[in-house]
Amino acid sequence: MEVEVIKGLKFHKKQDVAIVGAGMTAFKRRMLETGKELSYYAVKQALEEAGLDIKDVEMVVLGSAPDAFDGISLKEEYLLEGAGGCDRPYMRYFVGGGTAVFAPIAGYWHVASGLADVCLVVCEEKMSCCQPHPQSAFKYIWDPILDRPLKPNLIWIFALEMRRYMHVNNVKHEDIALVSVKNKANALDHPCSHVAGKITVEDVLNSEPMALPVRRLDVSPPSDGAAALVMVAPHIARQLTDDPVWVTGVGWNLDTTHWTNRDLYFPRYTAEAARMAYRMAHITDPRKQIDVAEPYDPFDYKELHHMEGLGLAKKGEAPILTKEGVTARDGDLPVCPSGGLLGVGNPISAAMGVKVCEIYWQLAYRAGKRQVAKEVTTGICQAWGDLMQIGTVMVMSNKR
Amino acid sequence: MAVGKKEISCPPSAEGTGLSDADISQKNVTYFEDHPNLAYSWTAGQAMSRFLNELKNGKLIATKCEKCRRVIFPPRIYCELCYKPIDDWVYIKDTGVVQTFSISFIDPDAKPLEKPVIVAVITIDGASPNMGIMHIIDEVEPEKVYIGMRVKAVWRPESERKGTITDIKYWKPLEG
Repeated sequence: MEVEVIKGLKFHKKQDVAIVGAGMTAFKRRMLETGKELSYYAVKQALEEAGLDIKDVEMVVLGSAPDAFDGISLKEEYLLEGAGGCDRPYMRYFVGGGTAVFAPIAGYWHVASGLADVCLVVCEEKMSCCQPHPQSAFKYIWDPILDRPLKPNLIWIFALEMRRYMHVNNVKHEDIALVSVKNKANALDHPCSHVAGKITVEDVLNSEPMALPVRRLDVSPPSDGAAALVMVAPHIARQLTDDPVWVTGVGWNLDTTHWTNRDLYFPRYTAEAARMAYRMAHITDPRKQIDVAEPYDPFDYKELHHMEGLGLAKKGEAPILTKEGVTARDGDLPVCPSGGLLGVGNPISAAMGVKVCEIYWQLAYRAGKRQVAKEVTTGICQAWGDLMQIGTVMVMSNKR
Repeated sequence: MAVGKKEISCPPSAEGTGLSDADISQKNVTYFEDHPNLAYSWTAGQAMSRFLNELKNGKLIATKCEKCRRVIFPPRIYCELCYKPIDDWVYIKDTGVVQTFSISFIDPDAKPLEKPVIVAVITIDGASPNMGIMHIIDEVEPEKVYIGMRVKAVWRPESERKGTITDIKYWKPLEG
């Protein structure tokens, strides 16, 4: 995809924004720790890596998905202390699954605007509180008049979208299942993962049907977990480290909530969000200029769908790239080297840990066993959420 | 401040204690239970009230924007693209085309269904392209459904209609 370079973007930032530390907890189906305790663990790790103290933090951004999971309204107040938000400006941002990248985007505003020099971003999710299954909370996001009387399950939207994507681009289920195989294998190297494993395409195709074409192993599991990120101004970054990772572009976009009025085969919201981020980051040919990507992969087809939305592949080309091994960890364009949501787990907003934090670790060459084979300069991460119609994108680089 | 960044491979550790379902059911961990009981009633609003009342008559109604020339369905009282009030209400047909479909084996709580349901996005004849709704398809074998299939609404008898989307029982294939 070619994106025109537009000069004079109406955006005058006060200062550049660097990421100097990140942390995350284990992702598990159910955890003993409360949301506050999980947030505390993640924040401690991020501050430790950054070499900062909580007293150095000037502002805190919190990201967390529907209150219905925890069963606590005003969840941000409940999480305040664990997230390190006491006695400083603190604000919650929430756009469903898109929060995983939207909360860091909000952290970026805090620093880029000059309002804060050190901003902490915390994302927490505790889905296991909701009984008997977090799916019961998802049923309340459907339109009460048009959709709910039909007794829908959230998986329906994805099944409908996946079928449309397969139909328009002439993609087979076995090509899509390769994504699940790749990500679950990548996750074997992630210490926090909860559904990593060596599986085959046949395992995916023979797994329990949920809403066809979606089967059990096409889907990421609900999880508990938390993640944190430290964003700082250049003069702070200089004191801490010789090689910070810079946020070079951010973008977000929402399509209509009348989702049955859209053609579901292409994620226009992601394409528009990416266009905004690319314009800011001066990226004109994403396939050539981006070295490593973490598109949002709650379902295996979604990774392909979003790669096409981000312009990392032409329409219908993403399954071919996957088949040829281009998106493997040692490939030309590693995609979801962390293991993604399919492999590590999907705690809605805390997916920040495998999206933004992972790209930061990759660009800082700190990803350990997960480090991609090729030399990396520029990375992209993306999330998706609300009523399946928000795209949130962040471009990062280890060159300023 | 600023003691300096630590050279560690990340994440350095995976903190957090995993529990199994049995830990809860056998009360191996300390936990607390609550069953909030919240009830809601939603007003249908200007556009949806008219739409639901027309369902009682066995008709589908849409709105029209004269500026972008779209026949908008489900109806709303504004055109979100032109951002102006709609100009007219028009009846559309109760036939349509399957845009995409799924065969669901689970209910809203992810519990297995006795009989799988076929769910589809159906664009309605007479509305603009892509103007569809989600609904159920029946009277057909799941493996015989295809994208592009023409379908027709099967209405409840007039006496049983309540002004909800389920006044259409389901959609069935249109022969010929």
